[in-house]
Amino acid sequence: MTPANFDGLMPIVILMGIAVALFWGGHFVSVILAPKKPSHLKSTPYECGEQPVGSAWSMFNVRFYVVGLIFIIFDVESVLMFPVAAIFRELNDMGHGGYALIIFLSFISVLIEGIAYCWSKGDLDWVKSYQVSLKNNK
Amino acid sequence: MNQTIVSYLAQYEFFDHIAALFKGNESLLAFLVFLLVALIIVGLCATIGGLGTYAERKISADIQQRLGPNRVGPYGILQFLADGVKMMTKEDIMPFTADKMLFYLAPMLALVGVFATLAVLPFSSGFMMTNLNVGVFYLIAISSLVGLAVFLGGYASNSKWSMLGGMRGASQIISYEIPVTISILAITVLAGGMSFGTIVGMQKGLPINWFIFHNPFAFLAFFVFFTGALAETNRAPFDLPEAESELVSGYHTEYTGMRFGFFALAEYIEVFVVCGVAAALFLGGSNLPFTLEMDNIPLQLVEFSIFMSKTLLLYYVVIWIRWTFPRLRVDQLMSICWKYLTPIAIFNLMGCAIWLVVFNGKSMAELMFGGH
Repeated sequence: MTPANFDGLMPIVILMGIAVALFWGGHFVSVILAPKKPSHLKSTPYECGEQPVGSAWSMFNVRFYVVGLIFIIFDVESVLMFPVAAIFRELNDMGHGGYALIIFLSFISVLIEGIAYCWSKGDLDWVKSYQVSLKNNK
Repeated sequence: MNQTIVSYLAQYEFFDHIAALFKGNESLLAFLVFLLVALIIVGLCATIGGLGTYAERKISADIQQRLGPNRVGPYGILQFLADGVKMMTKEDIMPFTADKMLFYLAPMLALVGVFATLAVLPFSSGFMMTNLNVGVFYLIAISSLVGLAVFLGGYASNSKWSMLGGMRGASQIISYEIPVTISILAITVLAGGMSFGTIVGMQKGLPINWFIFHNPFAFLAFFVFFTGALAETNRAPFDLPEAESELVSGYHTEYTGMRFGFFALAEYIEVFVVCGVAAALFLGGSNLPFTLEMDNIPLQLVEFSIFMSKTLLLYYVVIWIRWTFPRLRVDQLMSICWKYLTPIAIFNLMGCAIWLVVFNGKSMAELMFGGH
């Protein structure tokens, strides 16, 4: 493999570099131009004029964790579907359309099964009803 | 090998003279060309992002029967420059409780994630920086950096408003990524490839050949994609992470000056990118409805303006939606995503796959009017 093969990926690195340069450039300009009069009150977290009590880094609701888990399941499955989707038309042109379709649909049915399971468990409800969770988690 | 703007330029004669100067050092030449084009694209998109803030205020003023900005420049069009200057001269305040490194990193990450998506945006058939063979996949992957930036910004501020906004933002962005990804999968099935070049190339000709009109499922997929994309860019009616009436300003409550400016810039460019992707995937991208007898360079300019007009039209729709619909509640947001959009998107994906096999890859138009 020659280095020239990576030329197609070079713009991505360049654009990221420009973003970083723009950020630090803007930051540098604002350091020069902006006034600096720090005070303790100014740098307290904003809470509409109240004295902040405690840190914001506290426990968070477990619903966010559930959403994160469901997301990972679905994201991995849809990522795994991309290679099949990309050559699906090619397979169809080669005459293996029906076979590919059955494989593809059976893979999607796993995804549907997943969402149906989460739905019946009540995990898709943001406000999970107590009765549903009681019923499912006896 | 991925087709890039360098391999596109290589077909011109004048490029041979430049290439002769860099004999034996093609990578350096590629680097310089990419750098130049990247600066052009970034300049263009930053201007569009800036004008986006102006357009947003002007259109919202029009919808609410106000005047909007009208002091700086003719019709207030230089308002975004004035805003930029103002942001630079504002004091940079960081809460003393904040996580300093992450606080710095978050706006930079948002900017990096958004700028990296510009690499695959197909402005015209020649003017795209790189036609990656995994184009849409790359786009989905890299644009989720913005979600990370939103959460980091909220977390690092160590302010309660920011934390709530950041958590909402993270859960919203990852949730809506599912319907968007599955809608893009449907288009990948129809196009038979993941690169933007392939996808745009499949939609040549009259609007009836666009993927949105390919079959009824793809038509639905466009609306699923657009709704999900609105939510992914934190635009109203899905702007819960920065809901100003409940969370002050959400994840960027503690950000001032230039760092806030970068968040805003990233958001407006992201809206532009999302509109561009919607135009390229569903609305025919930069294709002309007819063949023009023209030199290549003016032709590229015409294609570029077609792409831009489609994108900016969608941009207008995004702003229009923002000032028309009220904001959702968090539980409504989640149930729309998981109980409506995701099942519909899966249905569309299955429908597109079945359509492709049953009608042997023909679109609705080809079935109705015959054709190739």
